[in-house]
Amino acid sequence: MKVAIFPSCIVDTVFPEAGAAAIRLLERLGLDIDFPLEQTCCGQMHLNTGYETRAKKLAARHLTNFTPYDWVVGISTSCTTAVREFYPQLLGPTRAAVGGTGKFIELSEFLLDVLGVTELQGTFAKKVTFHTSCHSLRGIHLGDRPQRLLGMLSGIQLVPLPKSDSCCGFGGTFSIKNSAISTVMMEEKLANVYWTGAEVLTAADSSCLMNLSGGIQAAKKPLTVMHYAEILEIATRQTQGKLSNFSGAK
Amino acid sequence: MSTDSGRPEGPNEGIPRANTWLLRTEHRDQQRSPVSFKSRSTREIRNLQMRKNISHATSTIREKRKKVVSEVENWEELRTRAAQIKQHTLSNLDFYLEEYERNVTEAGGQVHWARDATEARQIALELVRESGAQSVIKVKSMVTEEIGLNDFLVENGIEPTETDLAELICQLAGDESSHILVPAIHRNRVEIRDIFEATFAKKGTLEAEPSKIAEAARQHLREKFLESKVAITGGNFLVAETGSVAIVESEGNGRMCLTLPNNVISIVGIEKLIPTMEDLEVFLTLLPRSSTGERMNPYTTIWTGRPPAQLELGKETPFNEKSYHIILLDNGRTRVLSDEIGKQALSCIRCSACLNVCPVYERVGGHSYESVYPGPIGAILTPQLVGDPLAGELAFASTLCGACYEVCPVKINIPEILIHLRSIHSDHKRDTVLGNIERGSFGVVGIVMGNTNLFNIATASVSRILKYGGPVLNRVGKYLPPINGWIESRTLPDAPKETLRDAYRKGTLDALLKK
Repeated sequence: MKVAIFPSCIVDTVFPEAGAAAIRLLERLGLDIDFPLEQTCCGQMHLNTGYETRAKKLAARHLTNFTPYDWVVGISTSCTTAVREFYPQLLGPTRAAVGGTGKFIELSEFLLDVLGVTELQGTFAKKVTFHTSCHSLRGIHLGDRPQRLLGMLSGIQLVPLPKSDSCCGFGGTFSIKNSAISTVMMEEKLANVYWTGAEVLTAADSSCLMNLSGGIQAAKKPLTVMHYAEILEIATRQTQGKLSNFSGAK
Repeated sequence: MSTDSGRPEGPNEGIPRANTWLLRTEHRDQQRSPVSFKSRSTREIRNLQMRKNISHATSTIREKRKKVVSEVENWEELRTRAAQIKQHTLSNLDFYLEEYERNVTEAGGQVHWARDATEARQIALELVRESGAQSVIKVKSMVTEEIGLNDFLVENGIEPTETDLAELICQLAGDESSHILVPAIHRNRVEIRDIFEATFAKKGTLEAEPSKIAEAARQHLREKFLESKVAITGGNFLVAETGSVAIVESEGNGRMCLTLPNNVISIVGIEKLIPTMEDLEVFLTLLPRSSTGERMNPYTTIWTGRPPAQLELGKETPFNEKSYHIILLDNGRTRVLSDEIGKQALSCIRCSACLNVCPVYERVGGHSYESVYPGPIGAILTPQLVGDPLAGELAFASTLCGACYEVCPVKINIPEILIHLRSIHSDHKRDTVLGNIERGSFGVVGIVMGNTNLFNIATASVSRILKYGGPVLNRVGKYLPPINGWIESRTLPDAPKETLRDAYRKGTLDALLKK
């Protein structure tokens, strides 16, 4: 099974720790993970802003870069959504399917549905709240997969985030084009995050995390923001022996 | 599909647009100025009372909707069926429109065709004048708002009275409606009491209680119902096989308007057509649950043609001649129909579920959209009806969160249409300096992203800029467009040790991991 990681431009550029964590975590589960260095951007930003022709070129290029792999594991739900849900419209359903959009998968889907992970040996003794990104919810329909994985760790206290499924206000260029609205949405989201009393805010989408951590830093709140892959990696770093039970690659 | 380097308007060039009365922008030199969502919403969002009113109302409806939708086991099937019926009808619109006209005529009604708002207003005015009436009563209708009918009637000496409670509130207050279903959603009960006391009710007589307010309106409207010769209605559905119009409402005012006055004029968009009564069943299940969160709406009136004249007991001559007219309106709809992606918007049944779940609408309210059609549906309908130059900005009034698509009872893929309209807009922006700058930047970024070597350099540069320039930018960035929008409320991300690709290449991934 040849597995590649598709971390997204944001992770690659400003949150590389999330990508490194995902790679190490998967390696600990016994997999070889490639980071194909030809990968650039999936084209989502161009598509969403109205530059369809450029987006098409980037999309075609993106698929070609992952041709040799059986699975392409993403850690940013909006980017995996762009490939899996928007490419068929952008490139045409046939071209998208032949190009392999079906093998793009989010980390929690890969761990639970492909590897069949049922338990994880690891400890993370912190109070954590989870922001459900719009694309994880309505794009690729992740459901509660990331929370299920986090729930396998011992010591973790997962506190529910009120209105977890409401948008954080990022929306790509929306955050700049309509910054006043974006700011209000972000601030209302963060008010709920603070209300939970969590020490760690996590999510399955690096773009939401960039938005929310920017707001938290500007408000000077003592809250750690990390991708859930980082939590899984930190929790399992010291684990001796068998890290997980899983049925193996399907 | 239009492309950012291809045709500016797609295949619908040459087909007339809607009149711009549906826009609520300023007039400049006898021309409508374009919608300016950004500046209007930036102003509206500071109105905390409005935000509180809307957030309270939409979250209540949201919860009700969720509950009654979950009761319907085959909800998804119904949505799919509804989308199919609408798309089938729209694909065969000429056929069903002719069938509808035939059946209305057979039932004694008269069908009028209006290419645009100007024609529809003129036909309506002439019909009112023929009846000799000085005033008309109205059932809530989006289409009459779209064509600016009330103002036109007033200009021509006819007094219209809205009979839907919320529409009446807006009319009395001189407000523009801010929600499709609950037009006075931006007003709370105290404000409404004050509006009534400032108009028809005596000062100091009204309690700010919903039941007291409704009772006062009922008394006020009762006289209007009894004395009016003409009612003007919209229509939720037109049934082709019977020539009927179906009107769905909650207050009984629609029933009164259709049954009491002798002359009824319906003005309805051509996209409201469905083939059969059986199809109506699908929509009558979907609509109330999606809009008001009710299992069934209190009043559904199905009206077919001209009712027989009433005879006085024991006499042969009718004392009460009735008439029924329907004006079928295009006003840009054929143009929307010619756009393969955009035409889905014509399936809309105006339930407003998309408004109630939209995080943007909830914060900025309906007025920010500067159109009769606000919220997500307005963001895809308005630019298509009046054209991109006037309303293209609305396609950007969304984070593409997808909540609207999820609740839409006729499965309109609103995010897909928004993206499509954005690409039409980016073609038009070439006319402006800022548009050219954005276009140029996205072009450059596109080239960089399409080339691994350039991308390597760019990503490394970003992390270097963040490292050396981040602290400075966080301080002065609020004066630097376009990043000022970000810096106002957020810091830039911290500079990473190195990019993921560099760390992977050098084998230094572990150094990136958090402690």
